Amino acid sequence: MLLGFDPMSLLTPDLGLVFWTTIVFLVFWLLVGKFAIKPITKAIKDREHSIADALSSAEKAKQEVQELQQSNVSLLKEAREESAKILKEAKEVKDSVIAEAHNRAKEEAAKIVASAKVEIDAQKKAALAEVKNEVSKLSLEIAQKVLGRELDASKDQQTYINSLVDKLN
Amino acid sequence: MLALLMPSALLANPEVPVNAEKSETKDVSSEVVEHIMNHVADANENHIATIHEAGVEKHISLPLPCILYNKSTGKLSVFMSSKLHDSHEGYDGYKMDNHTNRVVDAETGKRDTFYDFSITKNVFNMLLGFFILTIIFFTIKAAYVKRAGQAPTGIQSFFEPIIQFLIDEVAIPNLGAKYEKFLPYLICVFFFILINNLLGLVPFIGGINSSGNISFTLVLAMCSLLLINLNGNKHYWQHIFAMPGVPKWVLVILTPIELLGVVLKPAVLMLRLFGNITGGHIAVLAIVSLIFIMGKMGTTIGGATAGGAIAIPILLFVNAMELFVAFLQAYVFTLLTAIFIGAAIEDHHHAEENH
Repeated sequence: MLLGFDPMSLLTPDLGLVFWTTIVFLVFWLLVGKFAIKPITKAIKDREHSIADALSSAEKAKQEVQELQQSNVSLLKEAREESAKILKEAKEVKDSVIAEAHNRAKEEAAKIVASAKVEIDAQKKAALAEVKNEVSKLSLEIAQKVLGRELDASKDQQTYINSLVDKLN
Repeated sequence: MLALLMPSALLANPEVPVNAEKSETKDVSSEVVEHIMNHVADANENHIATIHEAGVEKHISLPLPCILYNKSTGKLSVFMSSKLHDSHEGYDGYKMDNHTNRVVDAETGKRDTFYDFSITKNVFNMLLGFFILTIIFFTIKAAYVKRAGQAPTGIQSFFEPIIQFLIDEVAIPNLGAKYEKFLPYLICVFFFILINNLLGLVPFIGGINSSGNISFTLVLAMCSLLLINLNGNKHYWQHIFAMPGVPKWVLVILTPIELLGVVLKPAVLMLRLFGNITGGHIAVLAIVSLIFIMGKMGTTIGGATAGGAIAIPILLFVNAMELFVAFLQAYVFTLLTAIFIGAAIEDHHHAEENH
């Protein structure tokens, strides 16, 4: 007892204190553990899950967007190719239409020229016949005047003059 | 490892000033040691200060309820401790020991004639911690219910990382899939130890060594012991009574050792917490006492100044360390409990791998 106290007293549990500690701690455990800590840990866990879910769905959405973007790019490429093809075809069609029109115009012109020639020939023949008629008439009149007498406008003389006119050719 | 070394190192502390001063001022140092030990031990009133007025000692203390059961007469006495200060004859056959601040039998001056179920200063401290924690936890719970799924705010965000740490670093790694069953106990025991440790560091109203009392640590260790063994599976008991793969004659030696281990694990929990917290209190008080020891040795004022100059920086350091120890020991107790429970509920497959 040199120190003025019993060191073993520190290591000896006290009945009253054991009793109160047991009561206080058990009440704390039952009350707070059951009605506060359980809901708290559950809330933390639930929130953790919802955050994890949100993250994974965000990741999924990102992937979907990426896929969509990729398909968009390919779609755009296809559309471009398509439009180029259509343009090319349209050009071909245009060229062929123009060429055809050209050809047809040429043919038409040739036809017109040919029929014009035929017409001209006919007109020429008709004109020549007219001229011959006129000439024969004129010649008759001239001959009448030259002869100073009214020639008998018989059929023989007419035929004779016509043959003379024909010989002029 | 550090935790295992600390109790012995700190328990040796009260003897340091004694050995140093033995040859010269044995009176002062033994008085100091007595004072420290009385502080560290339980008391029936919360002693705040002693004032010397014209040679008369005047005690300022917070009175606490006394609940005493006389063994021989079977009489239950309930009264406030302040009643014992009114007269030297005491009250109801009890009086207050002015050195230890404990109720003693008025005739014999001893404590073996009655059972003391009083609200002592340690019980007072525990109840204070209990109410603080209950209010805090129900406030936090209300916040979690009200703001479900949202980020924590205020006091909630202070406690959530600690709870999260206990879940992620203590419960899950040691208990595996069944951790949720033991989570309330682990969190309760952590905060109950922590609040008592922290209240013990507050001077005047606190400074009470409740979590460093062997009765306190005994109860918590008993709870852990029950929880470990009541949840122990077939494999756990098989390992204790008949370790697989060991020759029969070895079991004669091994089984008693394993059985001893059942009790030793919680006993170590009990002693570690007791040693660390009591040691911390003793260290702080011993350093404070340096001022008084040196004050009485030399020319009182000068000696006290010198003592203060030495003591205050050390005190600051030790107090900061005690703050760390308060958290560390609560964590260590919780972690080891989780490890022991984890070993008891471990699946056969996993246990085999560990051997």
